[in-house]
Amino acid sequence: MTADYTTNELLACTASRVLEDRKVAFVGTGLPMIAGLLAQRIHAPNMLIVFEAGGIGPQVPVLPISVGDSRTVYRAIAASSMHEAMSMAQSGYIDFGFLGGAQIDMFGNLNTTVLGPHENPKVRLPGSGGANDVGSLCHRSILIMRQDKRKFAGKLDFITTPGYLRGGNSRYEAGLPAGSGPFRVISQLAMFDFEPVSKRMRLYSVHPGVEVKTVLESSGFDILVPDGVPTTEPPTKKELDMLQLIDPVGMVIAKR
Amino acid sequence: MILQEGKGELVGWHDPDENRKWVEANKPRDMTKKITTAQEAVAKFVPDGCYLAMGGFGHVRVSMVMIYEMIRQRRKNIIMAGKTAVHDIDLLIGGSCVDRVEVAYAFAHELRGLSPGGRRAVEEGRVKVVAEISNAGYQWRFLAAQMGLPFIPTRAMLGTDTLEKSSAKVIKDPFSGKPICLLPAAYPDVAVIHVPRCDEFGNCQIDGTLVEDFELARAARRLIISAEEIISNDKIREKPWLTKIPYFLVDAVVEQKYGSHPCQMPMEYFFDEEHIGEWLALSKSDEGTRQYMDKYVFGTKDFDDYIRVIGGEAKMRELADVEHLRRPMTAPWLKNKGGE
Repeated sequence: MTADYTTNELLACTASRVLEDRKVAFVGTGLPMIAGLLAQRIHAPNMLIVFEAGGIGPQVPVLPISVGDSRTVYRAIAASSMHEAMSMAQSGYIDFGFLGGAQIDMFGNLNTTVLGPHENPKVRLPGSGGANDVGSLCHRSILIMRQDKRKFAGKLDFITTPGYLRGGNSRYEAGLPAGSGPFRVISQLAMFDFEPVSKRMRLYSVHPGVEVKTVLESSGFDILVPDGVPTTEPPTKKELDMLQLIDPVGMVIAKR
Repeated sequence: MILQEGKGELVGWHDPDENRKWVEANKPRDMTKKITTAQEAVAKFVPDGCYLAMGGFGHVRVSMVMIYEMIRQRRKNIIMAGKTAVHDIDLLIGGSCVDRVEVAYAFAHELRGLSPGGRRAVEEGRVKVVAEISNAGYQWRFLAAQMGLPFIPTRAMLGTDTLEKSSAKVIKDPFSGKPICLLPAAYPDVAVIHVPRCDEFGNCQIDGTLVEDFELARAARRLIISAEEIISNDKIREKPWLTKIPYFLVDAVVEQKYGSHPCQMPMEYFFDEEHIGEWLALSKSDEGTRQYMDKYVFGTKDFDDYIRVIGGEAKMRELADVEHLRRPMTAPWLKNKGGE
């Protein structure tokens, strides 16, 4: 890519634009936190940020390292508990949640537990953490993923976090909250949504300079392609400048 | 009717009547002084093979004083609650104290990356993951225990392998008719929670988020508190609304200033990223892990001695400055970030 922004900057800006003002977003460490903070500073000043360890509505001075770190309660409206944060999600107060993973499938199911068999793993990953809860309980989840043929997998080694399970109505039939589920997937190549009936992943926009063909070839499963796929708006100078202020030490966003 | 049964090991469950009886017979009802040392608290309340849960979250407000002491006393075969267990479990695995884990989140250090030591132990089969669960799931297991119930329902985990490898069960909810996941209560044999201040009886105040320590304190059979500072009972009674853990839940109180280092103590001192970085680098090999343990755990006689080794008051003042935003953070792992 010859553009004057990095992949992480593109992911952060694209994710932040999915967020809406006057909504509640559950954020984790890294890019999700940055996307949330960027949205608040650019177009969603009245969006409430909640951290799973209990930080509610902080005015974050510098990027927290952990979702339980004291930066998550800096000038917050409440320093609460995991029970409160997770109950907010289960009872319908959380509009957006962020997820990521080592593998994703065509229905937006995610693996963050193991590569290889569970009993005898090739690579042991951290496990669910709060991901299963976010993916199960938030109204809409935003999935940020590095895309290649292995990560966009035909079959997951382990379903840690539910997307639309086996597609169609299977998510609701399993008992997960009605109307909830993956909303957008954002990779370094493109953004995706889910076709409403089959719940299969569908191309939503391609990032500047990326061919549709490249997106499709960088996946282990078939991605639905509607007619006339638009190009993702590139990051603006205002957004890029703001990202430098949000992450001044360069935890996720490279220093310019 | 049971629709699905998780195949994970059922860790730390007791019949509610059996646990009531245990509480009746064993928990202190009178306000007695519980001040003791880290050495005695581990010797008395952390036996080999116990089911252990640590308070705090990741690298935040973790009782490292008790972790180092468990390693120093060479505890074995501990089953650990991986309820976002990060630095604590990494060191206990490095010290060969833990051989089984129920995992919500473990073997990684959030933004800092995956844990070389913990991962290697699981991949080589030295540590066995006996069950999977989610963070909310673990915390609600403690809530069920706090409430004295056999289980608590949740709408999370349904339809996934996380549930399939957990100890939860799915039934048809008799009210809504929809499938619902039942999480079994979890009563850790012992929990260790680090707090900013408490009195000599164990009445504790906590600054910042509680994470799941409110529920965990009430679920655990034995509870060890380590505190930055011991305050008078009068101070506790001045603002009783600040008491998050009352004395009758507490079995031992250990006073240890800086007892969470190298983890963060909210509003007091920041993560010691240099030290965490040193551990992450050394724990890539068994030899490095031994080197770390020899220098910081077996090479120090107690936690005050350890604090001297890591740089003493001067170092802790520096970390207090970062915590209070008077000084920017630095971290060895930062140079690998932000690229691309």
